[in-house]
Amino acid sequence: MAELHGESPLVTRAETLAGSSVPGVLHLSEVAFTAQVTLRVDPKSPAAERIGTAVGTMLPNQPGQVARTERLQILWMGPDEWLLIGPEGGAEQLQATLTEALGEEHGSVVDVSGHRTIVEVTGPKSRELLAKGCALDLHRRSFASDQCAQTLLARTGVVLLCRDVEQPSFWIFVRSSFARYLADWLADAAAEYRV
Amino acid sequence: MMLIPCPWCGPRNETEFHYGGQADVSYPADPQAVSDVDWARFLFFRANTKGIFTERWNHQAGCRRWFTVRRDTTTNEIFHDDSHEAVTR
Repeated sequence: MAELHGESPLVTRAETLAGSSVPGVLHLSEVAFTAQVTLRVDPKSPAAERIGTAVGTMLPNQPGQVARTERLQILWMGPDEWLLIGPEGGAEQLQATLTEALGEEHGSVVDVSGHRTIVEVTGPKSRELLAKGCALDLHRRSFASDQCAQTLLARTGVVLLCRDVEQPSFWIFVRSSFARYLADWLADAAAEYRV
Repeated sequence: MMLIPCPWCGPRNETEFHYGGQADVSYPADPQAVSDVDWARFLFFRANTKGIFTERWNHQAGCRRWFTVRRDTTTNEIFHDDSHEAVTR
């Protein structure tokens, strides 16, 4: 029997992304295989508090807010919905922790690690690059560190996460089947920065 | 392009939204008791107001929540005087 191996959605675009990067200006790469779990629970319920205690930080309650712990990033996706991002291989354990904290209360915990992959965009030109296909105001005044937004980038549904404003760094969560299209679009949009 | 105020995400481009038609169309309390004519009326007939219209929108490319908006269908002006509870119901 053939040996099983995992392949990330952008494995065929690794060179495209690397080739579009310009040292000191822009860097594009895939952050593959992160653990991603969707949580839905009433934010006012005792279960939400128990989950906060279990993961080590309260669930963010403002639109676009991101909470961080040493291992996790928790993205606000809706008034009763969060996306938890952890290191590779941690999905099962995270899911077990959340399910236990949720207990018998109404809610859901789903492993969505295969749903989206992440494109990391860093460098001083990253904001300008994203602005070419995104209607949101990405200026640091309105889209600061540890903020996220669900929107359209180049007509594709994405979750944007701003990781740092000083050294601009963004994560773009894109559905696996749209990832190659988005990588090609990013490469095309980044062409002007190559000298 | 309209800027539609999502009660959660703030104003976003119209392209991020899905239109849900007239708001406040209530499901008949006892569907079995409704005549065929009234049932068809409930299913297919909607107001086509020229002027201020209360309608449902879904922020499809964003938080994916339904909300209610009052809009002037002739000018596309959206009215912001509604309470958060009235909008997010």
